[in-house]
Amino acid sequence: MDLDRQSELTALRPDLLRFAHLQLRDAGAAEDAVQETLLAALTGSHRFESRSSYKTWLISILRNKIIDTIRSQSREVSASSLAADEAGDDLLNDTLFDRRGHWQDSAKPGRWADPEASFEQQQFWKVFEACLDHLPAKTARVFMMREFLGFDTEEICKEVGISSSNCWVVLHRARLGLRTCLETNWFAGAET
Amino acid sequence: MLSCQQATELMSQEQDRRITLAERFGLRLHVLICAGCNNYRRQMGVLRAACRRFGSGGTP
Repeated sequence: MDLDRQSELTALRPDLLRFAHLQLRDAGAAEDAVQETLLAALTGSHRFESRSSYKTWLISILRNKIIDTIRSQSREVSASSLAADEAGDDLLNDTLFDRRGHWQDSAKPGRWADPEASFEQQQFWKVFEACLDHLPAKTARVFMMREFLGFDTEEICKEVGISSSNCWVVLHRARLGLRTCLETNWFAGAET
Repeated sequence: MLSCQQATELMSQEQDRRITLAERFGLRLHVLICAGCNNYRRQMGVLRAACRRFGSGGTP
């Protein structure tokens, strides 16, 4: 069978928009990237058996559009705007660690029960998206360049105009924030 | 001895660069005796797997 592309595109469009918006944090730019993706998709001649394989294909096109957008806006994320994200991080660090740098009792990471099972639940991905969205904008952008778009840290340095060590600090903050959010809003409740 | 805060920094960096032998040794020693950081390290793996899945459109 071949999918009814038009109706599948309409159904998947909100997913694509959210994906683009998470990374670009700009409604106009996200809309543009998705428009271009849809255009490319409509002119393509691949055949798909299922919605999920179609979605995977669309996301791969969209990822490239997002990379193009990021490249064309290069250095928009300046080191100073990253510094603005830091204020919130100090707060997070104080909540998580004591003065000697050890975990606060309330913040000690627990064991996450069966993450693979969580990955199969739509609700988990809603929480995951919300947690990404909750990260400071520039921090999130660097993190998603690394984890979704496959940039290595050197490329990120070049695009964003920060040093390697600065990049590692930003990535660390993103991971610390994301795992804390996931633990609080998902895994802590799921623990047996 | 590394603090937990320093250990979490290294556990992030090992996802992005080849950490040195000394760093690896310090980290191994730390997670051996620190259950919280041991869990954290596994969670870094889960995060990466989740991102890979999300970033490729493979979510349900």
